[in-house]
Amino acid sequence: MATVTFDHATRVYPGTERPAVDQLNLHIEDGEFLVLVGPSGCGKSTSLRMLAGLEDVNGGSILIGDRDVTDVQPKDRDIAMVFQNYALYPHMSVADNMGFALKIAGKPKAEIRERVEEAAKILDLTEYLDRKPKALSGGQRQRVAMGRAIVRQPQVFLMDEPLSNLDAKLRVQTRTQIASLQRRLGVTTVYVTHDQTEALTMGDRIAVLSGGLLQQVGTPREMYDTPQNVFVAGFIGSPAMNIGTFEIKDGAAVLGAATVPLERSVIEQLTDADGGKITVGFRPEALDVVGQGSQGAFDVKVNLVEELGSDAFVYGDLQSSNADLSSGSSDQVIVRIDPRDVPMKGDTIHVAIKPGQAHLFSAATGNRLS
Amino acid sequence: MEQLQITSATPDSALLDLPWRTPLADWPDDVLAALPRGISRHVVRFVRLDGRVLAIKEISESVAFREYELLRQLRKLEIPAVRPIGVVTGRRDDAGEPLEAALVTEHLAFSLPYRAVFSQALRPDTAARLIDALAVLLVRVHLVGFYWGDVSLSNTLFRRDAHQFAAYLVDAETGDLHRELSRGQREYDLDLARTNIIGELMDLAAGELLDEDVDELAIGDALVSRYTELWEALTGVESFGADERWRVAARIDRLNDLGFDVGELSITTDIDGTTVRIQPQVVDAGHHSRRLFRLTGLDVQDNQARRLLNDLDSYVAATDRQEDDSQMVAHDWSQNVFQPTIRAVPRDLRRKLEPAQLFHEILDHRWFISERAGRDVPMPEATASYVENVLRHRPDEKAILGLRPGEQDPELEEGPLEPTGAPEDDHFHLST
Repeated sequence: MATVTFDHATRVYPGTERPAVDQLNLHIEDGEFLVLVGPSGCGKSTSLRMLAGLEDVNGGSILIGDRDVTDVQPKDRDIAMVFQNYALYPHMSVADNMGFALKIAGKPKAEIRERVEEAAKILDLTEYLDRKPKALSGGQRQRVAMGRAIVRQPQVFLMDEPLSNLDAKLRVQTRTQIASLQRRLGVTTVYVTHDQTEALTMGDRIAVLSGGLLQQVGTPREMYDTPQNVFVAGFIGSPAMNIGTFEIKDGAAVLGAATVPLERSVIEQLTDADGGKITVGFRPEALDVVGQGSQGAFDVKVNLVEELGSDAFVYGDLQSSNADLSSGSSDQVIVRIDPRDVPMKGDTIHVAIKPGQAHLFSAATGNRLS
Repeated sequence: MEQLQITSATPDSALLDLPWRTPLADWPDDVLAALPRGISRHVVRFVRLDGRVLAIKEISESVAFREYELLRQLRKLEIPAVRPIGVVTGRRDDAGEPLEAALVTEHLAFSLPYRAVFSQALRPDTAARLIDALAVLLVRVHLVGFYWGDVSLSNTLFRRDAHQFAAYLVDAETGDLHRELSRGQREYDLDLARTNIIGELMDLAAGELLDEDVDELAIGDALVSRYTELWEALTGVESFGADERWRVAARIDRLNDLGFDVGELSITTDIDGTTVRIQPQVVDAGHHSRRLFRLTGLDVQDNQARRLLNDLDSYVAATDRQEDDSQMVAHDWSQNVFQPTIRAVPRDLRRKLEPAQLFHEILDHRWFISERAGRDVPMPEATASYVENVLRHRPDEKAILGLRPGEQDPELEEGPLEPTGAPEDDHFHLST
């Protein structure tokens, strides 16, 4: 077991100016499950491959435990890439499928058997050890593949989008399995995904990257409750947070018919560069449907209602405002509403941001103000 | 509702006739071609369509498009790889439930999966030749910046190439194209290749499909040393005294001999000019096949080309035409020697081997019977003898199809992760 440290680690691809990973500083605790997440091209996979030794590090260093592995070859780093290859061998028993890499490494038979049995116990595969893979279900075969990595007893597990080629149902199932397995094994794990739901549900902590830069690292709750900038605010959460930039008038942000009063501490942080504007974010569930003319209410014209049984969401347009408001990739306002009291398409509803649930960011820098 | 969509650079409407509304694992026997399959994570099936054999793999849409694009790029880079045909998306079953996307590639004619090659009494050097072929392929993909990510025998197909084999990449799912590979990427790929190959051989051994004398570890290690040697020969820096300039030409000759052309060679001298350092910068595989193609228009694999070129050289000498235009002589050789030899093979037997491979084997056979007869057997006689005594008894290798369409394929009993298991699948033999 070991910690992992990225210390100003930088990767610049030959022929490019902008680093793919720029001065990454990240310390991963022993036994921690850390998820690197971000849109494609953000540098998450490059970061993982730098740790694996597949990408050269052009600046800074990478440590596993106290050992500087920056220039160590992949096979000497004591890491295991999980799921890169999980084709099972049909003629070999489950035990041999799990242990063959140890056999290649010349480990004594007794030790191989011991490690395989230990892994099988954790993976609930003990009774299948002497069977052929043919006798196993799809999920069990997946676990055999994980067993291959486990028996090697590496210091760190690396997983690069391991669920991307599974169908939706198996993906959710395997997601849960990997997360609980990692907790039982207690092996430091770095996991890469583009899917923020996967990140929120699996990670002890999440590191969000964009444009090669680390945006924020924290627990799923921290990322959700206090995103440090507009990018993280928009990326984490599903449906996405509503984010818009509004004029400030008399110490309050003007949202259509409503105003969001700003605390003095926030106003004090504004600069000339903000140009008298502020970026306000509010999650779909941070809105209350209120009566017309209520304090702080603004109008949303309903374009679409998405009913999910336990929840329902309104997708609509903010009325009487020309502000640039969007949620994720759509340019609509999303409001979570009572699934038993659903408006019709074309209706106008009146909503207000729940007290204390607005996220405020500098219009100029995108950094959090509150 | 989303509709079935076929994305392809070379659209073929016959693709639409395949039963896309059925999960691939349940496709009826009458559309399937019974080819031995490798070990795969996914459901893979072969179908016959318009005289071609296509391989169809069910994978998620994004992975399918990615692999399709990578295979296309590899073809452009002249890496020996299967030809991508297209991606089928928007599949739904009869109940309207979505089905996985499918990647369609063209199966390589005359190719041999490793299980077919290894699962029989191997002549001792056959394993070494397969490993050589894989080492050459791995070096070639690494030279163009392709990180394979899952090198294995299952992800490779072999074709006869004169006395050698040529290896083709069939699975690019885990791969990535980079501008240049780091040492770490190359070493990881190589280490994974070694582990996979040993694992695959151990599996054959566990199924009693491998000769007991085969040393799995030694074969895996041989790949590593062959790769390392070849990589060094192709990319290594060599330095020598300024008075040894002949070594530049010698290096180029050596690379030609390995089957590579030197596209660019960097030559640097130290300040006082006493030491010269050379390093090949751009090398292209296929030295002999390009030369043969230039001379005759015949497009064959490199070692086959080498063999044909040797025969062409002896034709030049025998007809005393060293002074003539080489393209003219090559044309005459093709008209008077190569083509008549192939035409002399009965049409129904020609599909057993590629023409260039046939020619190579006939040359071998001629040498063999000439020695036995103590005289120079002419080509027509050698060809007739070869057809009667050798070719007739060879299995059909155009596509290793032991079964007629519709006939029950024994391996279909097994699940998607299961490759061909029954020894009777290995119904052809090697005579290398």
